Amino acid sequence: MSDFDGLIGQTPSAPTPTAQASSAQPPASTPPAGIRRIRMPQRLRNLEFWLLLMACLINAASIVLVQLGALGRVDTQLVLLGAGLSVLVFGLHIAMRFVARDADPFLLPIATVLNGLGIAMIYRIDIADGDSGWQSAAVRQIVWSAIAIICAIATILLIRNHRVLFRYTYVAGFVAIILLMLPLVPGLGQNRGGARVWIGIGDIATFQPGEIAKIALAVFFAGYLVRNRDSLSMVGKQFLGMRFPRARDLGPLLIVWALSMSVIVFQRDLGTALLYFGLFLVMLYVATSRLSWVVLGLSLFLAGALIASQTLDYVNNRFQNWLDPLSDARYNADPGGSYQLVQGLFGLANGGLIGTGWGQGSPELTPVPQSDYIIASLGEELGLAGLFAILALYVLLVARGFRIGFAGQDDFGKLLGVGLAFVIALQVFIVVGGVTRVIPLTGLTTPFLAAGGSSLVANWIIIALLLRLSDTVRNHPRLVIDG
Amino acid sequence: MNRELKRVSIFSLLMFVALFVSTTVIQYFAADDLAADPRNARTLYASFSVERGPILVDGTPVAFSQPSDDDYKFLRVYPNGPLYAGITGYIPVNGEATGLESSLNEYLSGQDSSQFFDKINRLISGQDPMGASVDIAIDPVAQQAAWDALGDYQGAVVVTEPATGRILAMVTKPTFDPNSMVVHDGAAVEATYEGLLADPSEPLINRATGGDMNPPGSVFKLVVTAAALESGRYTPESTFPNPGTLTLPGTDSVVINSGGGTCGSGGATVTLADALRFSCNIPFAELGMELGDDAIREQAEKFGFNHAFEIPTMTEESVYPRGLDEPQTALSAFGQYTVRATPLQMAVVSATIANGGIVMNPNLVDQITAPDFTPLQEFEGSEFGRAISEDTAKTMTEMMVNGVETGAATNARIDGVSVAGKTGTAENGEDDPYTLWFTGFAPADNPQYAITVLVEDGGGLGQEGYGNLIAAPIAKQVLEAVLNK
Repeated sequence: MSDFDGLIGQTPSAPTPTAQASSAQPPASTPPAGIRRIRMPQRLRNLEFWLLLMACLINAASIVLVQLGALGRVDTQLVLLGAGLSVLVFGLHIAMRFVARDADPFLLPIATVLNGLGIAMIYRIDIADGDSGWQSAAVRQIVWSAIAIICAIATILLIRNHRVLFRYTYVAGFVAIILLMLPLVPGLGQNRGGARVWIGIGDIATFQPGEIAKIALAVFFAGYLVRNRDSLSMVGKQFLGMRFPRARDLGPLLIVWALSMSVIVFQRDLGTALLYFGLFLVMLYVATSRLSWVVLGLSLFLAGALIASQTLDYVNNRFQNWLDPLSDARYNADPGGSYQLVQGLFGLANGGLIGTGWGQGSPELTPVPQSDYIIASLGEELGLAGLFAILALYVLLVARGFRIGFAGQDDFGKLLGVGLAFVIALQVFIVVGGVTRVIPLTGLTTPFLAAGGSSLVANWIIIALLLRLSDTVRNHPRLVIDG
Repeated sequence: MNRELKRVSIFSLLMFVALFVSTTVIQYFAADDLAADPRNARTLYASFSVERGPILVDGTPVAFSQPSDDDYKFLRVYPNGPLYAGITGYIPVNGEATGLESSLNEYLSGQDSSQFFDKINRLISGQDPMGASVDIAIDPVAQQAAWDALGDYQGAVVVTEPATGRILAMVTKPTFDPNSMVVHDGAAVEATYEGLLADPSEPLINRATGGDMNPPGSVFKLVVTAAALESGRYTPESTFPNPGTLTLPGTDSVVINSGGGTCGSGGATVTLADALRFSCNIPFAELGMELGDDAIREQAEKFGFNHAFEIPTMTEESVYPRGLDEPQTALSAFGQYTVRATPLQMAVVSATIANGGIVMNPNLVDQITAPDFTPLQEFEGSEFGRAISEDTAKTMTEMMVNGVETGAATNARIDGVSVAGKTGTAENGEDDPYTLWFTGFAPADNPQYAITVLVEDGGGLGQEGYGNLIAAPIAKQVLEAVLNK
């Protein structure tokens, strides 16, 4: 394992000072004379191959178990569709053998197994609801997965060097704003479950542009912060034992804060606002090393959330449901009661330690069991043991992302890697924490698991970007060692 | 930058730790409480996922589960639905179960702790889980006879076995088809339920064990007679003044005997035996005032009044009220004022007299058997207590036999069999239809069957109907059927 665990920038292809010297020249495709290139990339890809094979086997087994548990027989049609997806992820794997040979070998298998578990659970709920064919959310999810993986392949083929994205910093920022505004355009935007975060024409091809916006925002934040970190790091007055930034540098923070607040007010989407703002704060902190930014930002956000909870009914309901979901008053309140939250808790409790088994529980009793509540559905049928495994997969995925941050050579790449990894961690925390009463419930999709095309496309693109970044980290010896 | 990264990593890890903790709390520590929450439909659904055990009468199912192709896996079927509706109840896909389906749910669904090892066994041997089967005491001949005899009347019939308390028949009318309450369509169940609830004849009520309970009227005179004899101060030959009317002390209320006039042959006094035989109100009002409400209540409670029997379905308790003044005590002595009784309670009174004074707990269930045929629980009859002495029981039997042979309950006479019985015609309100009763047992010398008949709404005759006209013939018809089988 330690061979590829080059955390301190000891990239496999650069074991000697000689190699480091050569790195000033165009990258390592031509190894310096006298040193045979170590066949490490091949070993990474081979490891990935076996892990990927395992992931596909787990997914196939899950679908077959769902069929045995819920249908009592095996239906080959869906297994074949799933096999089609396996072909695509192996396509991504093969593409990486050519264009990203040094990329992290864990990211793709983890994303694959999470995606597959999600499809199995969505399929299981389809069976309970009696949906099949194009009505089936699982079939749609498989198609969206295919589109998402193709997007990931395209990303890794097109973006051969992540620094290209640095050039498009402000374009990314502009795109993010446009994407966020789209659902507010009359005729295009759609309301669902109270939140106005969807676009679409009729019922077909609905999309949550906010999911894609988080990538654009991460790119924008990374580029912007690298450009402006010096001024943002300047300190002003000392207060409460902490040096606070200068008032004239507060602009960006206030703008992002206002953006988040407007998402709460106009799109009625607490979770997305928290996600964007949290992402910005963490990237700002990493870029400037100033904890005071975090203190300021959190105070601003909490103040905003507090005001929102007093003035906006839907926010207030979320808070009340969080504090006391089991009371009859909250449970029976309609709209905005805790019925869904409590049904989710019942489902999780029904699962217990080892779960009911695929197809043996009743996750369909909880409203939206295949999207917002997929984690409760999985907890019911796979139990605490299954949830721990899933959460552990996320921890691993996020850790591999942070690793890029630690080992990266350029600040833009480091920041982007951290931002993309953190946005996954935060999203998992917001949605799972909401379902399990750590924080008030807000509607967000669980990355890779939940039904929803936009979320899949966004998260697979994030995987592609992380793969690209990790490839660069290994492939190019460290140039800048930053404190 | 790496120092900040490290902190962000730790922060992210802490977020995940919070999730590990919260899921553990919900799925492990709080799981039992959440499962016990009455709003948790999953607990109900769990009882559908196993093949629910059947409810059997003489080996023939009156409720069983047959495989169905939907999510519930099994459909509950009640082959003779309305006939047994008051006994089996039903278990709907939404809402609460009733009857034995509710009270024996743990056994029927295989969740009872006594079935734990059986469950493990079936799990290991790969058999599907299955609930226990319940044999009930109902005698199909008695049940059918009671159903037929009650006809279109609104009321109930209860037949018990005096020596054991086993309930041999329990019919309530009007009723409903429990099959309509177990369809696998929550909306349809809801609609059916709302319809039954709105029906003015109240078919969902089990009139045998509760509902809008009726005053027992003259059948309560058995309890007062028992109290008198047990006090040792009275015998059947004790005499009471025999006026044509009785104005209750301190009131304008006037008590008359049914049909008016004096009691029996019309002497200046009348014996306790004749007062019971002809079911006269005035002597019992006098007796009641002499005994006092405490003595009557004490006797009534020994028979099971103010106590809810579990058969094992919970029944409603019959009521003898507290804190009565003298005129109220006088009215209560012939089963009026706020005295209320279920047919089951009156069946217990008759069965106790038939059983030499010992009250047996009424019970519907004979045996509960696990799927592997090991008996989980057997019911052999349990004593509630002694209500009256053997002598009192014997004396009262004779008095009740006289009532059927030559008194107010002559329509219950059966050729060749001596029947003990007592009729009742209770007032509900000045212009409301009477409630008609018969309670008794046969054969009087070797009691096999105790029976109580309740007919509400005056049997359709308003204030023209009376116990001997309508209730006694129903009892006769049922007793003939079971005695001749």
